[in-house]
Amino acid sequence: MEQRNNWNRWNTRFELFKNMADLKEIQTRVYPPMVEGDHTFATVSDKIGDITLKRKTPYFWFIGFAIAFMVAQLLLFAVTVLLAKGIGIWGNNQPVGWAFDIINFVWWIGIGHAGTLISAILLLLNQKWRTSINRFAEAMTLFAVACAAMFPLLHTGRPWLAAYWLFPYPNTMGIWPQFRSPLIWDVFAVSTYASISLLFWYVGLIPDLATLRDRAKNKFFKFVYGILSWGWRGSARHWHRYEIAYLLLAGISTPLVLSVHSIVSLDFSVSQVPGWHATIFPPYFVAGAIFAGFAMVLILCIPLRVWYNMKDFITDTHLVYMAKIMLATGLIVVYGYAMEAFFGWYSASQYEVFMVKNRIWEGPYWYMYWLLILCNGLSIQLLWFKRFRQSPFWLFLISIVVSIGMWLERFVIIVTSLNRDFLPSSWAMYSPTIFDWSMFIGTIGFFFTLIFLFVRFLPVISIFEVRTLLPEANVHGHQQDFDESVLEIEYTWERTDPPNR
Amino acid sequence: MEKNLYGIMAEFDSATELVDAANKIRLAGYTKTDAFSPFPLHEIDEALGIRRSILPLLVFGGGITGLLSGIALQVFVHYIDYPLNVGGRPYLSWPSFVPPSYELTILLAGFTAVFGMLFLNGLPSPYHPVFNVPRFALATREKFFLLIEAADPKFEYDDARKFMESLEPQEVFDVPE
Repeated sequence: MEQRNNWNRWNTRFELFKNMADLKEIQTRVYPPMVEGDHTFATVSDKIGDITLKRKTPYFWFIGFAIAFMVAQLLLFAVTVLLAKGIGIWGNNQPVGWAFDIINFVWWIGIGHAGTLISAILLLLNQKWRTSINRFAEAMTLFAVACAAMFPLLHTGRPWLAAYWLFPYPNTMGIWPQFRSPLIWDVFAVSTYASISLLFWYVGLIPDLATLRDRAKNKFFKFVYGILSWGWRGSARHWHRYEIAYLLLAGISTPLVLSVHSIVSLDFSVSQVPGWHATIFPPYFVAGAIFAGFAMVLILCIPLRVWYNMKDFITDTHLVYMAKIMLATGLIVVYGYAMEAFFGWYSASQYEVFMVKNRIWEGPYWYMYWLLILCNGLSIQLLWFKRFRQSPFWLFLISIVVSIGMWLERFVIIVTSLNRDFLPSSWAMYSPTIFDWSMFIGTIGFFFTLIFLFVRFLPVISIFEVRTLLPEANVHGHQQDFDESVLEIEYTWERTDPPNR
Repeated sequence: MEKNLYGIMAEFDSATELVDAANKIRLAGYTKTDAFSPFPLHEIDEALGIRRSILPLLVFGGGITGLLSGIALQVFVHYIDYPLNVGGRPYLSWPSFVPPSYELTILLAGFTAVFGMLFLNGLPSPYHPVFNVPRFALATREKFFLLIEAADPKFEYDDARKFMESLEPQEVFDVPE
């Protein structure tokens, strides 16, 4: 009897969809496959692992690496002159005491945030699509943080003395850093962020390095990957602790990533400068960071998946999802711009009102503000349309525009707030010098140099996590998963209004 | 029975076969067992009877240590060792001590999670007897392995080998020490 009832239930369920083909189609629409093509554990391992081990290094790698490496020499030039002559070679001076050094610092560190968001927050939210992009997004985080850290460190002018300015250690002079200053909070936040990102990335790499170790034919690479993988052998007991550690790392990285850019924003908002002193700064900065970060992830993964033929793993669905996140965070950022203007008016303080006017239409940098609105506010409106979300070309273009826009945002916040503050007698213009530019462009070269090396020598996609996406990875699980998804589709179907069905 | 035997290993083709076999091994009373898979399998913990790790407790301890050391450091610097009046603020201005303590909590918890995991796993161990089986190189690629250690109290070579073969694996290997 029981069985019969069951059978009836199944029958009515299937009447909703005319046949199995319909059901399958709906299922793929609700749950798009995260790995396309016919893949098994072995083909996944080989396809990703062989980029580093077997395949001939493609010619564009050499071209790209050469260009990036040459651009990175600008950094060497800028830093050498800086250390020889001092920070007077930069364009910043009173009243704009902070300029390119902090603009670029905030820009780079913001870019890093998408990597941690993908690896930690999306893991906790059980978003399976993060799996194929988390590895290189984490690498992007690390390299971006490395570029970011250079700016404040070199802005000290004498970085070899910065150890006792920045870190509290008992020194013979008997002095300590000032813990009430957001700049010291920044030191703690950024150094913690760099360390935890490195650990997260490395822990994720261990099983994949073991895969490379076992597959490498070359004695030297076998040895290097063997050392780096710490003798990982995939034991069930090890995996058990590994998963706990990974989940805990994700759990602590989530508040970390939110705190880092909040603390960076406190560098500004704890001060009293109009245009900086606003309570909206922490969430507004975090949203901007994720926005900029996803733009950079798209810039990196769109060419990568074509050049290395990785469309099976980084599918069009992935790009669409990232575009949606970019749109959402971009709108939060635009809301932030609106609120900044509103706060200026609502404060009823003449300095705040003046700052808004100066920033938007009266000041000498008004065009920067409107360029920013064009890049960050208008360009992302295209992402409302499916056509643009689904086109890698447009996504790539919009991502570049957004990256420029986020740089302009920091320029607008920092320079337009400082160049005309309380005392008109001290107003002055700011313009960057060739050393400012060469250091900034040099870090971009440095960043891409590291990215190219990473792509060549380490697995760009997390192999062991992609294995878990394959249907064979479910123990006794195929049918059960399918049944659950049928239930879920049915549930959604019943709650959908007829026109949308 | 061979003298330098570390254990007996069986190779399986799929995760489901591995978990089924692991269940049988536990029910047969073997305790010093292990399974090897190319990705984490949640079902295997129950099948092999792996107890929950104490790692979360260690991480909690690491986090608390970080928090307390952050507070202690700042209180020492600004209240005990070098009190400095900045704009009339209290010496013990605790709200501004929150961000560094918060970051140190996360830093030490993260380090404990990673190095605690590696320590409890006995890593790094570049050599391990299981690597002596040539087919074991596939454990990090696509295959699944099950192991009964010779150190198991119930281990008798012939029985264990016969038992392993009864699980219908692809192949059974002796693992030399």
